[in-house]
Amino acid sequence: MDFISILSVFVLACCVGYYVVWSVTPALHTPLMAVTNAISSVIVVGALIAGAAEGSPIAKWLGLGAVVLASVNIFGGFAVTERMLAMYKKKERPAAK
Amino acid sequence: MHEAVAMNPWAALAYLVAGVCFILALRGLSSPASSRRGNRLGMAGMALAVGTTLVTHSFASLPEILVAMAIGAAIGIVTARRIKMTDMPQLVAAFHSLVGLAAVLVAVAAFANPGAFGILDAATGHIHQVSRIEMGLGIAIGAITFSGSVIAFLKLNGNMSGKPILLPARHIINLGTLAAILLLIAYFVTDDRTAVFVAITALSFAIGFLLIVPIGGADMPVVVSMLNSYSGWAAAAMGFTLHNSAMIITGALVGSSGAILSYIMCKAMNRSFVSVIAGGFGTESGPAGGAAAIDRPWKRGSAEDAAFLMQQAEQVIIVPGYGMAVAQAQHALREMGDLLKKHGVRVKYAIHPVAGRMPGHMNVLLAEANVPYDDVYELEDINGEFAQTDVAFVIGANDVTNPAAKTDKSSPIYGMPVLEVWKAKTVLFIKRSMGGVGYAGVDNEVFYMDNTMMLLADAKKMVEEIVKAMG
Repeated sequence: MDFISILSVFVLACCVGYYVVWSVTPALHTPLMAVTNAISSVIVVGALIAGAAEGSPIAKWLGLGAVVLASVNIFGGFAVTERMLAMYKKKERPAAK
Repeated sequence: MHEAVAMNPWAALAYLVAGVCFILALRGLSSPASSRRGNRLGMAGMALAVGTTLVTHSFASLPEILVAMAIGAAIGIVTARRIKMTDMPQLVAAFHSLVGLAAVLVAVAAFANPGAFGILDAATGHIHQVSRIEMGLGIAIGAITFSGSVIAFLKLNGNMSGKPILLPARHIINLGTLAAILLLIAYFVTDDRTAVFVAITALSFAIGFLLIVPIGGADMPVVVSMLNSYSGWAAAAMGFTLHNSAMIITGALVGSSGAILSYIMCKAMNRSFVSVIAGGFGTESGPAGGAAAIDRPWKRGSAEDAAFLMQQAEQVIIVPGYGMAVAQAQHALREMGDLLKKHGVRVKYAIHPVAGRMPGHMNVLLAEANVPYDDVYELEDINGEFAQTDVAFVIGANDVTNPAAKTDKSSPIYGMPVLEVWKAKTVLFIKRSMGGVGYAGVDNEVFYMDNTMMLLADAKKMVEEIVKAMG
């Protein structure tokens, strides 16, 4: 991909993000922060590439360190989001909305 | 442009799908009913991104990688299970710091082994110039996220005073450091020496620290949202370096999410983002209010009075704030609500956007205590109802109920949207003592109104006593 097509993906994703995030209900803003935290750990992709590559032991160990950190976030972030979301309950009787 | 990074087209497609999964994960949060499905899609997206990366790269160090992931997974899952819901702001700040540090490590690894990341210019033996800008920005944002989040964590966790710490000439120091970072990144394009790279990193760590230290406790919702945003931009910058669409899409999503949350929080406090970042709120309010407050008459009520008043009411609106979280009063509060409902009282909860220490903090705590989410209302949905409400029950909130925000132009919180509790027939106001004023250092007119009854006690104890008095 050349720079312009990457930039296009980025700009369009910002637009999508803008509309998607405004549609999140304020009651779920804390889970929103937890889940965005988990998904921003997609940076693990970079960490895996560094950890898998030959040629530079420093880069490899830094990469492995980053894999640990990002994994804490991925597993912790999704797990805590799941835990929070499980707590949100509707009224037991049928809601009269 | 430089020669294409050889990426398997199927891998590129898989990353794109992962990115779409993340979009749908956020989309699911538009209602509690669809939110869990969204979260699962997020997990699927992450599994796809990780799986694709592992399959398309060399397997030589697979065992080490799996061990690293297992260690991280164990720490993450145990923490997520054990954490108390009241401590969620600290946890989120801690998680942000990890994203930041991971971004820094990846950027350093890319600098040490550019060949593996496909950013090496074969002709010159140096890193591509475009990649240098992306890396420079990536490591700067990552380092700011890391050190800023560490300070936010220490403040939220109580290891560090929540009071703003003000350095002399801090604005000049901060602006100077920021300018130096940008200049160094520009210079890095022409000279990719290690020293330049190290200097960018060091200054970025320093600025993250300097930026957050002067910001006080009640501004933390903005800070946490802002760091959330930065962690996204850091991921996006690394995505540019790696030409990875999953990282770019995610970075953009998370970046805009944090930015929008910061905006919502600032608006709810009627403060500009710049003034929050400049820090020091709550220290400069001077002699206003304080002195006049000493000898004004106010009414004290008991738990029995409160129980009686609420049981006679047709509608009670409960207004929780950070004090409820500190006292861990949410479970007792729900018990009280249930008893009232048994008496045929309509019970609603009113939540101000900046109540608590992070966006949505109160909602999570009420959900934890099993309060149904359709009993919980946002500021603009419920403010009109106070006038037809018999009892407004304020627990651990103060500034967000202060009428000075509407009437007193000299007040530091003037213009902030507030919950109009004083319009209710009776206001029950739980507070530890009459001495302290809210975070903004402003006295609250509601304390002295004829229809207000002050309940002076620890929030949890008082609610438990009210529950006893009702039984």
